[in-house]
Amino acid sequence: MSDVVEKTLTALPGLFDSQTGAAKITNRLRQLIKSITELTSKHEEENLIKKELSAMKEQVSSPNTTMKQMREIMVRAMYCEMLGYDASFTYIHAIKLAQQGSVLEKRVGYLAVSLFLNEGHELLLLLVNTVLKDLQSTNLIEACMALTVVAQVFPKDMIPAVLPLVEDKLSHPKEIIRRKAVLALYKFYLIAPNQVQHIHAKFRKALCDKDPGVMTSSLHIYLQLIRESPDSYKDLTGSFVTILKQVVGGKLPVDFNYHSVPAPWLQIQLLRILSLLGKEDQSTSELMYEVLDESLRRAEMNHNITYAILFECVKTVYTIHPKAELLEKAARCIGNFVLSPKINLKYLGLKALTYVVQHDAKLALQHQMTIIECLDHSDFTIKRETLELLFRITNAQNVTVIVEKMLNFLRSCNDEHTIIHLVGKVAELAEKFAPDNSWFIQTMNDVFSIGGDLLQQDVPNNFLRLLAEGSESKEEDDQLRLYAVDSYLTVLKGHTSHLPQCFLQVMSWVLGEYAHLQESMDQREVTRLLTQLLDQRSVSSETRVWILSALTKIFEGQTDLILDLAESLSSSQDTVLRQQAQELRHFSQDSQLHEWVLPRGAPWDGIEVDSSLSFLDGFVSEALAAGAAPYKPPHQRQEELCEDRALNLEPYSFSLPVSLSSCSITDRQSPTLLSVSSGLSGNSTELSQKAGSSTLILEGVKRVWGKDGYLPQKEATAPLVDEPSAAVQPPSQQEAAERTEPQPEPSTQNQDKQQLASSLFVGLGVGSSMSLLGKSEAPPPRFRKKPRPHESSSSSSSGTSERSSDSSSRSSRNTTDSFLYGSLLEEEPATSISAFDHTPKSTTANGLAQNKDTKEDRHANTSQILGGDMVIVRPNTIQDKHPPPVSSDLTALLPTDLKDLPHSDVISLTSDPSLSLSSCRLFRDEALLLVIFISNCTETVIKDVAVQLSCEELETASLRGNVVDCLEARSTSVCHYALLMDDPHTNVSFTGTVSYQTQPGHTNTLPFSGTLSTADFIRPLVVTTEEYGKLWLSLSHDVKQNLKLLTDAGDPLRTTLNALKDALKLHVVDIIGSEGIVACRLLSGAPCLLHCRVNGAALAMWLRSPHPALPDCILYHCQRALAQH
Amino acid sequence: MNSVQLNSCEFISHLQTDLFIKMQFMLLFSRQGKLRLQKWYVPLSDKEKKKITRELVQTVLARKPKMCSFLEWRDLKIVYKRYASLYFCCAIEDQDNELITLEIIHRYVELLDKYFGSVCELDIIFNFEKAYFILDEFLLGGEAQETSKKNVLKAIEQADLLQEDAKEAETPRSVLEEIGLT
Repeated sequence: MSDVVEKTLTALPGLFDSQTGAAKITNRLRQLIKSITELTSKHEEENLIKKELSAMKEQVSSPNTTMKQMREIMVRAMYCEMLGYDASFTYIHAIKLAQQGSVLEKRVGYLAVSLFLNEGHELLLLLVNTVLKDLQSTNLIEACMALTVVAQVFPKDMIPAVLPLVEDKLSHPKEIIRRKAVLALYKFYLIAPNQVQHIHAKFRKALCDKDPGVMTSSLHIYLQLIRESPDSYKDLTGSFVTILKQVVGGKLPVDFNYHSVPAPWLQIQLLRILSLLGKEDQSTSELMYEVLDESLRRAEMNHNITYAILFECVKTVYTIHPKAELLEKAARCIGNFVLSPKINLKYLGLKALTYVVQHDAKLALQHQMTIIECLDHSDFTIKRETLELLFRITNAQNVTVIVEKMLNFLRSCNDEHTIIHLVGKVAELAEKFAPDNSWFIQTMNDVFSIGGDLLQQDVPNNFLRLLAEGSESKEEDDQLRLYAVDSYLTVLKGHTSHLPQCFLQVMSWVLGEYAHLQESMDQREVTRLLTQLLDQRSVSSETRVWILSALTKIFEGQTDLILDLAESLSSSQDTVLRQQAQELRHFSQDSQLHEWVLPRGAPWDGIEVDSSLSFLDGFVSEALAAGAAPYKPPHQRQEELCEDRALNLEPYSFSLPVSLSSCSITDRQSPTLLSVSSGLSGNSTELSQKAGSSTLILEGVKRVWGKDGYLPQKEATAPLVDEPSAAVQPPSQQEAAERTEPQPEPSTQNQDKQQLASSLFVGLGVGSSMSLLGKSEAPPPRFRKKPRPHESSSSSSSGTSERSSDSSSRSSRNTTDSFLYGSLLEEEPATSISAFDHTPKSTTANGLAQNKDTKEDRHANTSQILGGDMVIVRPNTIQDKHPPPVSSDLTALLPTDLKDLPHSDVISLTSDPSLSLSSCRLFRDEALLLVIFISNCTETVIKDVAVQLSCEELETASLRGNVVDCLEARSTSVCHYALLMDDPHTNVSFTGTVSYQTQPGHTNTLPFSGTLSTADFIRPLVVTTEEYGKLWLSLSHDVKQNLKLLTDAGDPLRTTLNALKDALKLHVVDIIGSEGIVACRLLSGAPCLLHCRVNGAALAMWLRSPHPALPDCILYHCQRALAQH
Repeated sequence: MNSVQLNSCEFISHLQTDLFIKMQFMLLFSRQGKLRLQKWYVPLSDKEKKKITRELVQTVLARKPKMCSFLEWRDLKIVYKRYASLYFCCAIEDQDNELITLEIIHRYVELLDKYFGSVCELDIIFNFEKAYFILDEFLLGGEAQETSKKNVLKAIEQADLLQEDAKEAETPRSVLEEIGLT
């Protein structure tokens, strides 16, 4: 304990007598604190607290303990917890205290709750009633306390309970209550944005509050909202600018001044908002130039707080659409920061520069000497920020100097986080700007040895991919590979025990693949070096696998050695290793096989991996015919398990015989995958037939290599991270530390600095004069990766929306029309105007809640007709009873080019007295058109109507008419979004807002939301049986499942398929005997083929698609459709 | 080692997903490394809190007085300042403004100073619950709630006053409600 504390403790009685009554402390706490300070050891403290806690435990459970005593106990409990001791037995009493105590005790109770209980603590549930009561209390203090605790600890699921009350508080007469309510809502918005969607209008009221405190609080919400969608709030720019002008001009009460600067927090918040609004928007930016100029000018005082504002101002100036004059002023400001003797300001200066050099690299030039000084600064934080800045200005000319600086820093750094972060940057720079091969390989060696096993997995992955895929010129590639081989051989000849596993793995892979390029070297030497590694204890078993697989590739002609090795490893504990050893043995005895399986120097592109395992089809269908249950992926099994516990408790293991040749193609590339084993067939229970001695074990095997080469998925390589990290500092660490010490002689030092400056900032001056506006174009990276096949395909799919719609006017149109309808099971309101009376429509009562906009009228209808869980509704009957409220005339408003498209009914999205929105879905082949009808219900003109629609899962390919300048009275405007679904989701929800002005300057917003189902995005795929067969074999992802067979009428297969066809817009290709083939696709993208076979009373459904998630998704809808039939 | 690494990764991703809560936590500790106050604005387990506190106290105490008040720690920015024997230490997001955070600390110290009348470490040790009350009135959920010194203190004093009344009067509720209505 410090002297100060001890001295003051002796004077304690006097000290506390002089305190006001409010600050009086309880005797027990004083005693406790005092006795703790007198203790000398941690052990004594522990004993004392233990005693104290047990005494408290006794006290709290005694019925005689008064609330006043309880409050005193609670304070002591908080103290004990702060010291790090567990006082969780008091938690429940904290809640009780908040519940039952008088205000005095309540206050402590609430404080204890907010300190003790995290969001998500189960005891919080017990607090809901107390909070509700206090929120309704007329006592200001109680309401304040309740709001505070709500904003601090309330979890997502408890928000609905208090939301209405908190919302009411927004119009409370007391500003402190309004302020706390706004902040509580801000917190709600952060953790559950959907729940407060309806109060956005009230946020605007808070923004206009006459109390500056409430207004400031509302800015937190706006900052967040604007960060998410700046476009929706552009109209507020004027207001924010006006507020800032008033603040800067000193119009706020003096209370809000901080060291005579008017409301700095408010200023900063506003500047942030403005930067978001003005980003890439010239006209909006123009509105704020004046006030920014004013801010820069006003902030002259030499105090931290003005610098804080200036910093924010500079950031804003550089973020929004640029204006030369302002940029100049901002740059001068940055200069003041950088040149300041105060270290905090210098740091901020560097940070500002780092931000700014992306826009204007020239600024770094001006401050080069300062930057170099900072590079050798004794403060770690400053150094790191300087490196960050250098990283941003790196180009092909200065890359070697900068990378060296970074590596030097890294060698003397022992903070894991910094290492991971910086090493990744070094790798990035090396790949981008490497001047030559040897430098690149050397730098990557440093990266691997310094970063070691902390490295993000993508660094080694990218590196290996770069080596493997190469560039256009084979010669250059081979040269690079040769460098790598040479360099690794040198490394391996030295001490290897300190090398990180990840580096060893990279080396063994490269040596395995490319050692043969080094012709002057005896391959025996390579083998020797690699086998040496195997003997080392520090080498993890995963690395051993990598090494072994390298050996498998290069052992040629050293059969004896290899046989020994295989022998010694075949008794290894590690099954993968053992398996690999077996394989090695196999290959060493059959060189022809080896040559065929692992051809040397074969191009990467030529390797076709049949990941769909279609070569097993024959076997699978045989097994299925013999009564075997179809394979189900684990997640599906899980689902079924939940659905019906009696069924299928044992997961199937999947063990399929496979010919040695077909699977060894995969083996070539992935050491972790090598899996040709003899006789190791895993736990095959269901499918016990073995058609060969060698089987492919698929269970739990990660896919590292696919059709497209290396799959850089995290999961595939994650095990690397789990390895114990051999975090060994390279021996050069000492050296490096010495080198960074400042040199003694100032004159030579200066010279050195000049030199360093010229090497660091080379290449920045050129062209920087014109780079004020645009970001200077990045030079082409040295190593250009080949475009990967799947990347190109994804880019082409995004272009599909441009396909002309004439392709959609196919002959199948009419049939499409007729069954399109039936698939809209969940979204359609019962008040439909369906013309397709043959289509049965059903809706579950449960589903109603999902679509809240249409909930009411749906509910009214369904409840009239039927009760119970499942309601089957014939649309034509309803139509008679309930004429559609909006609709029929609305569809007439569709643009002529869309009129012919099949469409859903019109449903109402939202409405208020002046505007009503309804929507209708149109099914185009390549997209779903969501048409929104905006109707003016008033007799006056509505101006500036703008619709905003957002949906995370979908992509908007195009939109038309979402902004209407002027909507005449009683008229309707149509806007439509073409939505694309790239990845199937069973259901997606969209949200949006419409903003409009009834009077000039007064903008209203109206939120709406709705859901769409995958079924809306499924289109029939018309193919012939032959085409289907071809396609079937080429697809990779499959799912098998038994479905319910509809047996109520006629041919069960036909009935079932027709039902599915109606529900999901599928195309039935052919029905042969007891089998049927069906095809569909996701818009004009990924196809999905379905193969159905009657199997007893069930329908064995087998789905295949190139898209991994699509089969599951379609299966889900099939199940639903059949269940509802 | 393995588990530690994993834990820290989890911790980081956790903080990142926690949206844009500006201030993640605030710690007050003495020159001897004794924790005097802790306020967490992101939900973390006790174990994580202890680990973070331990690490941070160590790191901050090891820094020299001439060094800048900021440091990068994990993926957060730590802003700290020493007042007499007490260190005030806040964790913010990397993109946030460090200087304004420094001023938040300063304003909090001013508030404490005004409330206790030339505050010292002992005031905070013995009246830590008051220090919490003031902090809650100043920052809510990691955001500056009220930056007017007068307003913060007014709110605290009102509550204190009510407490006094409650002590004196035997029927506290009705009295309180009257005042609450004003």
